[in-house]
Amino acid sequence: MNRFKTGLKHAIPIGLGYFAVAFSLGIIASNAGIMAFQGFLTSLLVNASAGENAAFIAIKENASYLQMIMIMLVSNIRYVLMSFALSQKIDPKMSIIHRLILGFFLTDEYFALEIAQDGYVDPVYMYGAISFASPCWAIGTALGIIMGNVLPLNIVSALSVALYGMFMAIFVPACKKDRIITLLVLLSFVCSYLFSRFTSLSESYITILLTIAIASFGALIAPREDEDA
Amino acid sequence: MHNIYVYILVMTVTVYLIRVLPLTLIRKKIRNRFLRSFLYYVPYVTLAVMSFPAMIDATIHPYSGIIAFIIGLIASYKDLGLFKVTVLCCVTVLLMEYLFAMIR
Repeated sequence: MNRFKTGLKHAIPIGLGYFAVAFSLGIIASNAGIMAFQGFLTSLLVNASAGENAAFIAIKENASYLQMIMIMLVSNIRYVLMSFALSQKIDPKMSIIHRLILGFFLTDEYFALEIAQDGYVDPVYMYGAISFASPCWAIGTALGIIMGNVLPLNIVSALSVALYGMFMAIFVPACKKDRIITLLVLLSFVCSYLFSRFTSLSESYITILLTIAIASFGALIAPREDEDA
Repeated sequence: MHNIYVYILVMTVTVYLIRVLPLTLIRKKIRNRFLRSFLYYVPYVTLAVMSFPAMIDATIHPYSGIIAFIIGLIASYKDLGLFKVTVLCCVTVLLMEYLFAMIR
């Protein structure tokens, strides 16, 4: 029970961040015509900020189901890497049930908690963290959908950038450690700007197209050494 | 029109398979160097592409978004963390929107 409480305590800043970001995601969802319960359900089941953002835009654009699968693959492909890394951090004897649950809740923030632990990941500690932060995520999305259209415009405007603030907090620190990432990020800004202004491609297609092109470019000019996380 | 619940089902299954398959099935490291490098760069590129210019298109006045974007970059560079960066961006936009409303 103590380990559960520790996890819960460590998840307080994550939960607050989730709430603000989910709220802004809710505003995007409501623009796509999604109801509060549907947004709540999506956040409960999908647990992905970037992925849900891209998905809501795709829904707004009436994307096909195949296109939705592609969008989820591209915007969440990083979890393949994290899942690999996590498999090295858990007790080989850990039961399949724990693996299935931890996999379901594999997000950038939970992954950070898992990697920060000494030795093997303690599932009870993680369940404590999840039990606080994940409801914040789902409830925040629903409230964003409900209240996003009632709030004054300048407050909506302010909240709608929360998601991008969170994205920056993830990719900018990585630029400091790796100059190639800096180069790729700058290239992404320029290409994304040009594509959004000078082509009629949808936002979700631009994301897929540019991610595959620019990440491949990075892998070609600067392939990684064998040892990395 | 597509069904929203089918969309949610498609999203849930796809994202769950991505997260759980390596964790439960594959124990070996990826050997292919290009694929490994590609996977390593993907998250940063995706997030960057989705942030700009979407962030400056999200606010009432594009300048609010641009200034919040710059402040967000600096705050992230200073390792302020997810929560503080997010709040800073929101507060910046709020203040800028007030300012622009006053100027008008």
